[in-house]
Amino acid sequence: MSEERKKLVEVTGLKKYFPVKGNLFEKKYVQAVESVSLSIYKGETLGLVGESGCGKTTLGRTIIRLYEPTDGRIVYDGTPIYDKKEKISVNMLPYRRKMQIIFQDPSGSLDPRMTVGEIIGESLDIHKLTASKKDRSDRIRRLLEEVGLNTEHANRFPHEFSGGQQQRVGIARALAVEPEFIVCDEPISALDVSIQSQVVNMLEDLQESKGLTYLFIAHDVSVVRHISDRIGVMYLGCLVELAESYELCSHPIHPYTQTLLSAVPLPDPEKNKTRSRLLLEGDIPSPINPPTGCRFHTRCPYAMPRCKEEMPELKEYSPGHFGACHLLEQNGSHNTSTSPNNKEDKE
Amino acid sequence: MEENKTLLKIEDLKVSFFTPAGEVKAVDGISYTLGYNEVMGIVGESGSGKSVEAYSVIGLLQNPGKVIGGSIEFEGEDLLAFTPEQMRQFRGNKVSMIFQNPMTCLNPVYTIGDQLTEVLNCHDNDISKKEAKERAIEMLKLVGINNPEKRMKQYPHELSGGMRQRAMIAMALICSPKLLIADEPTTALDVTIQAQILELMKDLQKKENTSIIFITHNLGVVAEICDRVSVMYAGRIVEQGKVNDIFYNPQHPYTQKLLASIPRLDEETTERLVPIEGTPIDLLNPPQGCNFGPRCSECMKICLRKKPPFAEVGDGHISACWLHFKDMIDKKEAEKDE
Repeated sequence: MSEERKKLVEVTGLKKYFPVKGNLFEKKYVQAVESVSLSIYKGETLGLVGESGCGKTTLGRTIIRLYEPTDGRIVYDGTPIYDKKEKISVNMLPYRRKMQIIFQDPSGSLDPRMTVGEIIGESLDIHKLTASKKDRSDRIRRLLEEVGLNTEHANRFPHEFSGGQQQRVGIARALAVEPEFIVCDEPISALDVSIQSQVVNMLEDLQESKGLTYLFIAHDVSVVRHISDRIGVMYLGCLVELAESYELCSHPIHPYTQTLLSAVPLPDPEKNKTRSRLLLEGDIPSPINPPTGCRFHTRCPYAMPRCKEEMPELKEYSPGHFGACHLLEQNGSHNTSTSPNNKEDKE
Repeated sequence: MEENKTLLKIEDLKVSFFTPAGEVKAVDGISYTLGYNEVMGIVGESGSGKSVEAYSVIGLLQNPGKVIGGSIEFEGEDLLAFTPEQMRQFRGNKVSMIFQNPMTCLNPVYTIGDQLTEVLNCHDNDISKKEAKERAIEMLKLVGINNPEKRMKQYPHELSGGMRQRAMIAMALICSPKLLIADEPTTALDVTIQAQILELMKDLQKKENTSIIFITHNLGVVAEICDRVSVMYAGRIVEQGKVNDIFYNPQHPYTQKLLASIPRLDEETTERLVPIEGTPIDLLNPPQGCNFGPRCSECMKICLRKKPPFAEVGDGHISACWLHFKDMIDKKEAEKDE
């Protein structure tokens, strides 16, 4: 990738709180996304990993404004589409043509009473992209072919397809309006192992042929590492680390990333026996009442008194490698001897 | 330790579901033995029959599923001949099960303590209330739940996902069964919690000397915890062997492709994945030949006509594929299909 990369999406201080039941005097919120800042460059795949409830899906949906942000600023291709301070909130319809989303549950995201052709054609109609009826059906056919389905599938209903095929329909629908940016929200988690690789390959091919930019959200670190150029790690609403994907997996600097990577079981019996595993104590705290200071301090093996009071900022520690941890600030560069992939250190 | 010490012996087990659309052969003739203190992994995609097979061992097969052939022997006793009452005694005492989703398996209106002591009361009439409670607390401690006295009085919804799965494991192990069937016990959990549960199960397996049948679709988890592995595809075992044989020397094309198709964290794999083309077969209309034939790149003519037998490809390592018999079959039959 060239140095002069163009930022397609730029997010600054994005917050999303969901109100939950409180009482008259005290309103309670689920702090799903807490002050996240990141940029997505044109043509790249940014992966987002984290455990369930860490806010990765909420972040993805807030970026394309399926959820209205609570605070922060979103810039798409140089134009601010949301800014709380300057009170900018543009009409999203023209931007929906540029930003699309693929959902996790393929059957749940397709209307069971519409045929596949209608599902794909709907967005063409909304954006008035087709000149004639024939043009419309041609485009639907072309889209189906692009995602590896037969053209006669256009007249069938979603329930007639397998999970993998349904996901392909979801992808065709997202591609229908010729977007530039697609949020892939766990697109393969619901699929069988042997089908997952088919869909991953297809997403990669489409990216190459159409110059798409992806925000790829998943909980499976191995898949995210495979498909992404850069990876962001989230914990309890905060972005804790962001780096090139190879760099992140071989030299994780944040204690959470280190434990997350070491928890992934490898399909290799001998390696599993020899590597040391960092185990976390306890469970993920509630986002309604998140810990003060660094949100990871309750489970962090290196927690210091300072971590309880101050939330660490995301800072660049080596070129392109960002981390949010007080430990890093103290040591300058953090000792990576605890990294799970020690072998790469020797290289 | 191996010889003559078979805990569970399954032979040519066939389970079918009789649906309005026709007979679905969910499990189509599988055989294996499980020794004492052994962890057997059963891997397969959804619909490969891995859970159905386990349900028939513990006698929880539901209508319209029926065991239509084969035998299941547990320490020499024929499980299929058990009366429902015998089966009820057998379950929990000698064999127990952990399910995928702990929330649906714990009763939401009883406390954790009630549910744990109920197991003991069912299987041991002499046990006093106090003893049962003590044993339950001890068990909760063993599975790493802190503050067990407090947890005993809580309801399932008050616990987190990982905690519930721990409670399930405590409940399954409270009568010290000889066999534990774990049906995707970590699939619903996050990776860091999954790592905790796997460590716990490995620990307990050593302490309690339980044999485990571990059902999962995650190859990483299998590599982590199992001694031996059976790979299932469409109701049949396609390959079986020691965990190292399966991962380092896979013989069946399906196993090979499956291992090649998953992205790995530990290798520099920015190249493309090699997917298995096609989709799993429709069990209502299974093919005449090898179930994997239609998706197999090595498919020969004979593969489409006849089901392959097992070939012994190593010590305790078997694989069902015609490729192993290539020299023995007719030249015409060995021609590649298209």
